[in-house]
Amino acid sequence: MKILVCVSNVPDTTTKIKLSGDMHSVDLANVQWIINPWDELALTRALELKEASEGKIEKVTVMLVGAKSAEPTMRKALAIGADDAVRVDAEPLDAYFVAGQIAGAIKDENYDLVFCGIESSDYNGSAMGSMLSEFMNIPSVSSVSKVEMDDDQIVVNREIAGGFEVVVPELPFVAIVQKGITKEPRIPSMRGIMMARKKPLKVVEASGLEALTEFVKYEPPQPKAACKMIDADNVAELVDLLHNEAKII
Amino acid sequence: MSKVLIYAENFDGKFKKANFEIVSYGAEIARQTGAEAIVLSIGNVPDEELKQLSVYGASRVLSFNDGRFDALENQAYASVIAQAVEKEGAEIVVFSNSNTSKALAPRVSVKLKAGMVFAATGLPKSIDPFMVPKKVFHGKAFADVVIKSPIKIICLSQNSFGITEDAKAVSIETFVAEIDDTVFKTRVTNVEKATGKILLNDAEIIVSGGRGMKGAENWKPLEDLADILGAATACSRPVSDEGWRPHSEHVGQTGKIVAPNLYFALGISGAIQHLAGVSSSKVIVAVNTDHEAPVFQEADYGIIGDVQKVLPQMVEAFRKFKSEN
Ligand SMILES: Cc1cc2nc3c(=O)[nH]c(=O)nc-3n(C[C@H](O)[C@H](O)[C@H](O)COP(=O)(O)OP(=O)(O)OC[C@H]3O[C@@H](n4cnc5c(N)ncnc54)[C@H](O)[C@@H]3O)c2cc1C
Ligand SMILES: Nc1ncnc2c1ncn2[C@@H]1O[C@H](COP(=O)(O)O)[C@@H](O)[C@H]1O
Repeated sequence: MKILVCVSNVPDTTTKIKLSGDMHSVDLANVQWIINPWDELALTRALELKEASEGKIEKVTVMLVGAKSAEPTMRKALAIGADDAVRVDAEPLDAYFVAGQIAGAIKDENYDLVFCGIESSDYNGSAMGSMLSEFMNIPSVSSVSKVEMDDDQIVVNREIAGGFEVVVPELPFVAIVQKGITKEPRIPSMRGIMMARKKPLKVVEASGLEALTEFVKYEPPQPKAACKMIDADNVAELVDLLHNEAKII
Repeated sequence: MSKVLIYAENFDGKFKKANFEIVSYGAEIARQTGAEAIVLSIGNVPDEELKQLSVYGASRVLSFNDGRFDALENQAYASVIAQAVEKEGAEIVVFSNSNTSKALAPRVSVKLKAGMVFAATGLPKSIDPFMVPKKVFHGKAFADVVIKSPIKIICLSQNSFGITEDAKAVSIETFVAEIDDTVFKTRVTNVEKATGKILLNDAEIIVSGGRGMKGAENWKPLEDLADILGAATACSRPVSDEGWRPHSEHVGQTGKIVAPNLYFALGISGAIQHLAGVSSSKVIVAVNTDHEAPVFQEADYGIIGDVQKVLPQMVEAFRKFKSEN
């Protein structure tokens, strides 16, 4: 069995978002880049499954569509424990473009399980994993909060209002994961970092597919009004403000 | 006439506020573009419930029902939606931003080669080019996105348009789609579900506790407050790490991303990783002993005080309000 983990390269969550002077782009100079948090959890879970599988899972590959500048993030994924990595050499223009590129790059690879995160923390597209499953014409389960291996089957929990459903998909399938699939993301060890340098990182050319959307302009959020303070002994005022001023209850 | 097709997901045969919002939104786009607003529903929904959608401006409701659709099979659902769009010749397709929409809209996008914008925050700013505003970086910025394909898909952020009434005579029509048995490839083997609970991502009000709550044993008044307000409960990461609350409640960078109308941060310092998950909330109320807690920079209303004392007073005050309103 082989697992693919799709990872996106995103600015660290604590990054202050600066826009370029003409507002046509986000100023990404001096940004600290990280593996998208949910993808990091997915990678961790993939490695846990592999280790517990007694050899049934042979390989965990990470996949990224991005420029060469994203390679440090891929090396980090290798240092965490992925066996190899594939980068499609193209700017990730939109989820449709990314999904089409990945589907093309892996069509002869027969991955049994493909992990994607529920969303990228930068452009909040929430689309790539489901698009990929459609391009590949295979099933998908989204809102996945648990992944287990049971003999040769993969069993997942899908979160629903008030609980979860246990779902057994036919392989191959795409699991779109969120919080819960594992406790903590793994941190690369010293040894992992050394080994990562020698692990294969394959670069493939992009196909001619075109994006369907284009980000043309950005705006900062409206400045927030100062917080209105309410006396701790006058909670009724809070109720009143929420009702009459904010009109929210 | 061109058409706007709105996909209305039902919850055990019923529609919710989020559906009325996307119907209102789709109907407004239809009005502005001289189009017709049609709703598609999949699953077993009574006619009375389907008729409700006319209140928000839909003139036709297509209802697809098939025994194989009891569980959510993404491929099959997406196929019905894509077939409806094609049969009707719709050019604009509207979804909510629920978890189900995340599972379906992208598939419809690939099927129809239709560009999609997730977490849209308002009406299209222009029709030609078709440009939609959306949230990026969890609300730390907004972007205008142009959809270049002939068919366009918009997933609207909850609470970003509101509900507008525009009652129309509605026709309820049975929709027929060709769905092959071979696309049913996932099997639901068990369901564990407490009734009456709200999915955190879909909640309109969330009452959330942090380390300042001091321990699992202090959560009763927080739950009471949530009950009174019909809210979901949530927590900060250390709280779920400590096991005071289940992991499914953890919000933030590594937890869930939520965008309710109203978010109560009780004993939460407001670390940037926590705020990453909640900053799209419309109104934030914070209670904290420390007037310098960063949460007050993001909050709209604040109380400096001990949650152990303030929370019971809040329970009483909101209970009184609810009994009078
Ligand atoms: C990579 C990374 C990812 C992370 N992801 C997340 C995430 O997804 N979600 C998340 O929540 N955190 C996340 N964190 C952790 C985050 O940085 C904070 O440590 C965490 O949010 C703090 O939780 P807290 O506010 O409950 O606790 P604390 O920071 O300890 O704050 C407790 C607050 O309660 C107040 N308080 C104390 N006693 C009382 C009282 N009696 N009454 C009222 N107020 C009181 C204190 O003044 C304080 O402000 C992440 C951190 C990292 C490094
Ligand atoms: N450029 C990319 N390369 C590889 N995987 C990606 C890329 N962008 C997004 N993904 C995957 O798709 C998920 C959802 O991303 P998005 O649709 O961009 O919100 C992420 O969590 C990743 O697993």
